[in-house]
Amino acid sequence: MFLFADRVEAEIEKKVIEAFEVFDHECNKTVDVREIGSIVRSLGCYPTEAELQELLAEIEEEEPTGYIHLEKFIPVMRKVLLERRGPILKEYINNENKCGYLTKEQLVKYMTEEGEPFTQEEMEDMLSAALDPETNIIRYKDYITLMIADDA
Amino acid sequence: MGSSSSVNANFKYALQKSENAFKAAVLIQRWYRRYVARLEMRRRCTWRIFQSIEYACEQDQIKLHDFFSYLMDHFTPSSSKERDFISRMFISGESFKEVELEKYCDYESMEVPDSYTGPHLSFPLLPDHATALLEAFKQKQQLHARYVLNLLHETRKHLKQLPNISHVSTCYSEEVTVCGDLHGQLDDLFLIFYKNGLPSPSKSYVFNGDFVDRGKQSLEILIVLFTFLLVYPNEVHLNRGNHEDHMVNLRYGFSAVHGRKILKMIQNVFCWLPLATLIDQKVLIIHGGISDTTDLDMLEKIKRHKFVSVLRGKKRKESNRNVEIQEINGESKADASPATGPSPEPRPAQAPSMTNRLEFSKWVRQTVQEQIEWCRRLADISDSEEEEELTSSSCVSMADLDAPCWTRQEEQKQVSILDILWSDPMPQEGCRENTVRGGGCYFGPDVTEKILEKYSLQFLIRSHECKHEGYEFCHNRKVLTIFSASNYYEIGSNRGAYVKLGPDLVPHFVQYQANKTAHTLTMTQRISRVEESAFRALREKLFAHTSGLISAFKAYDKDGTGRITLSNWATAVESVLRLGLPWRMLRPQLVRSTADGLLEYKSWLEDLAVEQRSQEHIQSGLLEVIYRNRSNLETIFRIIDRDHSGLISFEEFHQTWKLFSSHMNIELTDDGINDLVRSIDFNKDGNIDFNEFLEAFRLVKQSQDSHSSRGLW
Repeated sequence: MFLFADRVEAEIEKKVIEAFEVFDHECNKTVDVREIGSIVRSLGCYPTEAELQELLAEIEEEEPTGYIHLEKFIPVMRKVLLERRGPILKEYINNENKCGYLTKEQLVKYMTEEGEPFTQEEMEDMLSAALDPETNIIRYKDYITLMIADDA
Repeated sequence: MGSSSSVNANFKYALQKSENAFKAAVLIQRWYRRYVARLEMRRRCTWRIFQSIEYACEQDQIKLHDFFSYLMDHFTPSSSKERDFISRMFISGESFKEVELEKYCDYESMEVPDSYTGPHLSFPLLPDHATALLEAFKQKQQLHARYVLNLLHETRKHLKQLPNISHVSTCYSEEVTVCGDLHGQLDDLFLIFYKNGLPSPSKSYVFNGDFVDRGKQSLEILIVLFTFLLVYPNEVHLNRGNHEDHMVNLRYGFSAVHGRKILKMIQNVFCWLPLATLIDQKVLIIHGGISDTTDLDMLEKIKRHKFVSVLRGKKRKESNRNVEIQEINGESKADASPATGPSPEPRPAQAPSMTNRLEFSKWVRQTVQEQIEWCRRLADISDSEEEEELTSSSCVSMADLDAPCWTRQEEQKQVSILDILWSDPMPQEGCRENTVRGGGCYFGPDVTEKILEKYSLQFLIRSHECKHEGYEFCHNRKVLTIFSASNYYEIGSNRGAYVKLGPDLVPHFVQYQANKTAHTLTMTQRISRVEESAFRALREKLFAHTSGLISAFKAYDKDGTGRITLSNWATAVESVLRLGLPWRMLRPQLVRSTADGLLEYKSWLEDLAVEQRSQEHIQSGLLEVIYRNRSNLETIFRIIDRDHSGLISFEEFHQTWKLFSSHMNIELTDDGINDLVRSIDFNKDGNIDFNEFLEAFRLVKQSQDSHSSRGLW
């Protein structure tokens, strides 16, 4: 049992290092702090912006330099991955708005005013993939399926 | 009471509702942001795949050199036919004196038939010729060989008068436009001219090298650039790139189509291209980069045309480097070694009749040294000659064969050109050998700072590396990389860009992508498409290392279950392929199904090659060798194919395989070779179309339209 746990942890660590290194442009075990979100998310997490800020507070230097070091990142990330629980998006959507679609205006209002609002760029990009240009509606079930299907 | 409690209830309800809304929104946003992050990760991984495969390819040059060394050391020709064959391997070009060149590449006797509907050129060229040419190429017409040769001759005459470093001033034409690598992508050049205007007395252009190779219209690009060069000689400036080099052309396919004369002329035009351009004495433009020994004063004085190809057989050792630096800085005691006497006659092209292996080996070494540009003339002697010799034929005393066969000075000159054409910037300080490319250096921000200070420059412009946005700054905005070949790896992989500089020398960028499809795709589709292409290449690489991978997997599968963990899979794959890729991030795309988290590796490897059932009859070791060495094989075939017809005789094919298989330590019988031949349909009078042969060994056939059929791997 212990051996197995060790191996799982070792594998997680290797994965974390790999993901980190993809963004390590200067090959000196640091990444720009603005890329941390991408790294954490591509490792399989769905942090809210708030959660991300909390994470950053843990891994940043005492005096933030704009760069995050690998050594600080690994232990924090390892903990996150071992403990994570992903939200069940499908179920949640199924319980909500029954008609199966949103109008463009509804979605834009929702995404840019509620929750942790999208930037304009994010909004445009989501629309370009999710919006049906002829009817101006988003069949969000299909879109969600697309987002989920991409998951490894 | 009642009303307040109902207010309370309403309030609570409203609170709950807005809380739900908040939660829902956050949920969607979380999912969306994760989706985007994963896309970004995929995009970067794809880029890494392309880059690592491209640079691994450049290392093939070294393997090729190993093959030739092997031949020199081990092969004893047992018949005159074999001798001739070997000698042909090494003689890739005769040396021409000026007068002979004119005679050999003569065009005046070539008749242009009445049926020819393409453009006609007459000299001196006029702006109308240039526009007619552009129009003709847009209509997919071709320029008659006579005009091509004429143009090349005139271009060479013009280039000979130019100094090594061109000087451009922004007070004459207000803006200078600098373009980077074009790599035979004519559509990109058309797009640049469309967006920016044609060269003219009020519009200067600098083209920073790598005009040819990889893309399909290398010759057309040369024709267009040279035409504008001759029409507007004060406004159009060309820098030499590392691909304007004979050995590199052989590898990347430029030589395949164009006939011997044209190729010979092009070789002799490339070596006359200037090495650098200076704008207002403030901005230095070179193709690759610099090194800590770059000396502009020395560069100005070199006889640049003597270096037809700057690729060297041996890698420069780090220790040599330090010695060189010391010498250049005047710290060593001795001066460059003196020339060793008058130069004897260059050796004749036929193999002498000798059966003694040692003698033959020596002779072969010598011809290799002469003909594959691994040797340099003794500098001091060459200065006094009147007639120019155009390729690097030279003389070597037998004793010098393993020692450097040129003087210190000569070597320094060659190295300085190599650095200019092949170096890349790196984020760390210092200057070290560029082992990935096999030539030039990696130079750090301190090296840049020193050069800028030494010559009072503001910044450097270079090309040589593909950039996602078409351009990129580094070294604190002191080095600008500009790359003008859009969709270089695949449609949607990157934009191209050019940069404009006015008298204030503030750069303005224009980006573009020369493919309509790229614009209509969503980001997801674009990334997926490029990704597909990268993974196809990666799968082929994996397939090519099947036996190595099986051994590596077996080491983790001591019990012989046929299965390994995914973690061990990643480690094993990297140990065999050595591409430095993030395999755990790539795994979902490479490994589709697992049983209990374990991978059945044998069936996984078999699935990689599902297209190749037809080649089952070919022994598997040999198959892998072909896949792994395809680009080198292509180069070797091209060297043998002396008339550049694309065909070699069955006998030559046979010989090549015998030699190559013994070098690679594979047993190959005559039957085995026949099997190889049978893998393609050939009936060309006993000749083999080697391009067709090599095409048969691609995992996925490239379609005509596909941009990725490029000899990149």
